[in-house]
Amino acid sequence: MRYALVDCNTFYASCEKVFRPDLRHKPVIVLSNNDGCVVAMSREAKALGIPRGIPLFKVEPLIRKHNIEVFSSNYTLYHDLSKRVMDILRTFAAELEIYSIDEAFLVLKGEDRDDFAEQIRGTVMTWTGIPVSVGIGPTKTLAKAANKIAKDNPQGYYDFSSENSREFLTKLDIGDIWGIGRQYKAFLNRKGIFTALQLTEQSDSWIKKNLTMVGLRTKWELEGRPSIDMEMAPPPKKGILSSKSFSYPVTDFIDLREAAADYGTTASGKLRRQGSVCRYVNISVSTNNFRKTDRQYSNAATIELAVPSSYPPDIICAAQKGLERIYRKGYKYKKITVYLTGIEEEQRGQLDLFLKEDPRKYQVMKSIDKINKKYGRNTLNCMSKRDTSRWQMKREKLSPLYTTNWKDLPLIPL
Amino acid sequence: MISTFISPLPDSKPCTVPLFCDLIKAGFPSPADDYSDSSLDFNEYMIKNKSATFVVRVQGDSMIGAGINTGDLLVVDRSIKPANRSIIVAIIEGEFTVKRLIKELGKYYLYPENSDYPVVEIKEEMGFQVWGVVTHAVHRFVKS
Repeated sequence: MRYALVDCNTFYASCEKVFRPDLRHKPVIVLSNNDGCVVAMSREAKALGIPRGIPLFKVEPLIRKHNIEVFSSNYTLYHDLSKRVMDILRTFAAELEIYSIDEAFLVLKGEDRDDFAEQIRGTVMTWTGIPVSVGIGPTKTLAKAANKIAKDNPQGYYDFSSENSREFLTKLDIGDIWGIGRQYKAFLNRKGIFTALQLTEQSDSWIKKNLTMVGLRTKWELEGRPSIDMEMAPPPKKGILSSKSFSYPVTDFIDLREAAADYGTTASGKLRRQGSVCRYVNISVSTNNFRKTDRQYSNAATIELAVPSSYPPDIICAAQKGLERIYRKGYKYKKITVYLTGIEEEQRGQLDLFLKEDPRKYQVMKSIDKINKKYGRNTLNCMSKRDTSRWQMKREKLSPLYTTNWKDLPLIPL
Repeated sequence: MISTFISPLPDSKPCTVPLFCDLIKAGFPSPADDYSDSSLDFNEYMIKNKSATFVVRVQGDSMIGAGINTGDLLVVDRSIKPANRSIIVAIIEGEFTVKRLIKELGKYYLYPENSDYPVVEIKEEMGFQVWGVVTHAVHRFVKS
């Protein structure tokens, strides 16, 4: 069996370039939520030495000097293109595991030819405009390591099986192995282990004792024995979080209350989409601790629901009840978080309880979900809201929703 | 509203138009009931390859001879290999355009469908690229 790890190159920046041919060879950077930091860069921007995660204001001079194109994160666009890429990859694979928005593991079909990697790269590029690199190996861990080499390879792919494995493992730094985190790397370095090859030379029992079963599986995978299963469906989330930083300091209780309603709605929507309910609603607020001159305050409260629920008004009421407990007047709030925990599968029994309590609840909820799916998020909301723009994400450099909104279609002059 | 039917959203369910509506009379089953699941899906009609299909809007009159008017939507399939005389979305000098691709005596041309506009011979330094092949134009005759 052979595995491939397909990774989109500089994914967010590449998405922005698909609809902007004028930017083909220009440096592009994409910003995090609230336009705070640089989260993604095109190849040209990386070449200018901009580090990932740097705050926007620190690179302003570089942006002006090199005429760098700056974008807010356009998740709607990235999600649409990601889905297209994944659908294409699925046709090449016996099994597909979507690892992240821009990465997937494939179990290759038995009859695959040698030019498999080139075929994938060519098809995804032609069909979507997104460049990908392909790493191939006998296990997921080796495919992932091969992908790292593929990224720097002019052909854009690297096939582990065709190489001398000893040499490959000698060159593979322990910190670059999938599943070896920073702490394990530090531990292994202290023991004089720096390469993947050295790791494979340790005994199974030593690795299991010091790196747990997870580390042992990694060792086996490096030896070419598949030991990590494909995860075809994402596991249900352990906790669901909806949190945003305000683009300006918020002081008013009413404003916070409405933000709590907004994020409570978002979180309960996520909950319903995975068919779950939650038992606890946790809400927290905090001031901006980077502003040393401001008085600082942060606090959190957890409310237990009478019955586990995903019904938006239940979640929102709990969030607002919690907020009343922790809100203190006179602070400039920067961030609010709604966090749902105690997540369980929606049980038939709970549904019945609900229906007895008020059958209309579920009807209302279903209708809201349907309408919002059809006409776009936030068409219908649980609480009538005043001006939402003030607490919503700052996204000043947002590109159009080229693929998902009739008003934003690419406009071509004839 | 035409636009609803050609939504390129990958997640969208097919939008269907019933072929006929049969009024149901109590106690008297219609003989046509067995056939009532037939319907027309414009997504199916216009989109052969969902992952590779995009929709763009055009502005201008250089392609009116091909039936492409200002404000029309074009369905663009990037998986189709352009042939001689294909209408394509092209990139030239870093900009999008829509023209007919013509191959003649070993040379390639971007050919407008309006004699007021010049034919452009494709030269290497223009950074020419085919972005996709136009498969349909959608024109609206009534205001929505």
